[in-house]
Amino acid sequence: MSEAQSFHQQDYQRPELVCPAGTPAASRAAVDAGADAVYCGLQNETNARNFPGLNFTVPEVEQSLAYAHARKAKLLLAVNTFPPAGKFDLWRDAIDGAAKLGVDAVIVADMGVADYAARTHPDLRLHLSVQAGASSPEAIRFYCEQFGVKRVVLPRMLTVAEIAELHSQIPCEIEAFIFGNIGMMAEGRCSLSSYVTGASTNMDGVCSPAADVHYEEDAARNLTTRLGEYVIDCFAGGESAGYPTICKGRYLCGVQNDPYYAFEEPVSLNLSALLPDLMRAGVTALKIEGRQRSRAYVKSVVGAFRKAVDDIMAGREAAFASLLALTEGRRETEGAFPSKRWR
Amino acid sequence: MEIAVQASTSELTLGPVLFNWEPERWRDFYFRIADEAPVATVYLGEVICFKRAPLFDDYLDAVAARLKAAGKTVVRSTLAEVMSKQERKMIDNVCAEQTMVEANDGSALLRLRGRPHHAGPFINVYNERTLAVLAGNGVCNACLPPEMPASAIRALSPEAAKIGVTLEVQVFGRIGLALSARCYHARAHGRTKDTCQFICNVDADGMTLRTIEDKPFLTVNGIQTLSHDYLNLVGELAELQDMGVTRFRLSPHSCDMVAVATTFRDALDRRIDVNEAAGRLDACKLDAPFSNGFYYGKPGHRWSPAVGAN
Repeated sequence: MSEAQSFHQQDYQRPELVCPAGTPAASRAAVDAGADAVYCGLQNETNARNFPGLNFTVPEVEQSLAYAHARKAKLLLAVNTFPPAGKFDLWRDAIDGAAKLGVDAVIVADMGVADYAARTHPDLRLHLSVQAGASSPEAIRFYCEQFGVKRVVLPRMLTVAEIAELHSQIPCEIEAFIFGNIGMMAEGRCSLSSYVTGASTNMDGVCSPAADVHYEEDAARNLTTRLGEYVIDCFAGGESAGYPTICKGRYLCGVQNDPYYAFEEPVSLNLSALLPDLMRAGVTALKIEGRQRSRAYVKSVVGAFRKAVDDIMAGREAAFASLLALTEGRRETEGAFPSKRWR
Repeated sequence: MEIAVQASTSELTLGPVLFNWEPERWRDFYFRIADEAPVATVYLGEVICFKRAPLFDDYLDAVAARLKAAGKTVVRSTLAEVMSKQERKMIDNVCAEQTMVEANDGSALLRLRGRPHHAGPFINVYNERTLAVLAGNGVCNACLPPEMPASAIRALSPEAAKIGVTLEVQVFGRIGLALSARCYHARAHGRTKDTCQFICNVDADGMTLRTIEDKPFLTVNGIQTLSHDYLNLVGELAELQDMGVTRFRLSPHSCDMVAVATTFRDALDRRIDVNEAAGRLDACKLDAPFSNGFYYGKPGHRWSPAVGAN
């Protein structure tokens, strides 16, 4: 009997596939491709993907919600940034709007926002965003007891074994990232972008804003990428150049005479091979990153994972070859998930 | 008269040593602080890496006793990132002590609920509603995230006063910018966190990362990434005092921290003006420039002379 079959026979709950939607079109594509839930954000600082040309107006959330519900899918609204004092009203309005529209859950990070939602809209389901950085059972319990959080989105720093152990120690569901861009820094605890550009990931929902990105090509066609005043990387002619994100750049230090990836290689997270392990570890929801991605990308990735989850649940071997082409620079990693050696 | 009132309510504090110093150096640093530095509160304990903590345990009691004997308030700081069993155990142990504790992650916030405690700079306190939640649990002092601009501090301060929470702002030292599960000191030396052999102890103020153009950029300290520049808000002290901030934190480095503390104390008390204070800090000959950009809502690495200073 294969591992997949024995897994199937244990009759585990079918995990929810939670998919990114940067636009209403992507939301429809995700639902059509088999998403159990889509997550999106408003066109302002209240969410952590506050990029130009992305995100939803309130009427678009309403329409997307109707489209999802008509197909038995859920819609989750990310209100997962940290309002600086004096600007709380924008986040309050986002929560009130979400409650009024009847979204299936809001994904929150800030304690003040969580408190407002819990007290003002006690029936509104709260998910704890990865941006809250809750990485221990006690930290998660803090949010559950304080605000009635029903699900935690885990930081991308735990191994599968640690997730399995965590599952028995917390009173809420677990959502885990399985695919997409992997930030190297603990989410919600990174001011690198703010240090270089003045735009804050936590307060403005921005990381490495395009307005601060510069590409310079020399005569030999070497390409230098810059964020603000700092060179993030340099690529030889023909080498494929990545977007200049600070934690994915090449730098020099006292013990490395050649430029090296001080934090991480520019790779994408792909946990497809670990899906059965994650499902066995008690993960309720599998999350795909990529609200900044195109509708076509969302359709391909969601479709592939829909089939994979269904195959695993039916005791069949899952195939994932098509996903590799979609990972950044065609290089992928299982990150922290397989073992502690990654750290 | 107004100046005297402000001065008397302004406290200078010393944040925890963030770097992996030799234990004897660590002990002697605090002994000198106890004897000579005009700081009222000293935060003590390992906040970056659980593996380092046992190195200092032998001296912790002696250091705390010496600081208290010198009239300083000692607050125990907790780890900023908590995942593993050992890290969780450390949180339990520190929170079980009968001292004031500064929480730097959610697990400490859970453990400290119901008794007076501090919220450290690694807790995301950006607004009045978050502060009110924490105050309800016993938080009596919050050290704000270093990226908070003056506009938000100004808006938060009266709300903090209403609920009886004092606000603390870092005014000196490299700025903590990010945490990671991975140790970047170990990575630079071809090791991992488990096999690090405490290689971070070679860099007393962290390891400088330079861009490919050879421009100093960031500082690696184990799992933490800091700024290359040293935050310096000596020119903004008066404005912070006017806003109602009462506690001013110095983050320790290998430079003469007694001189740094004396300069900030004198500046808080208006015994010296901003120019004199700036000159004295320049004389400390740090290995990097100063910055204050975050305060002005600009890129954090920027430096602008304070309004009113030459």
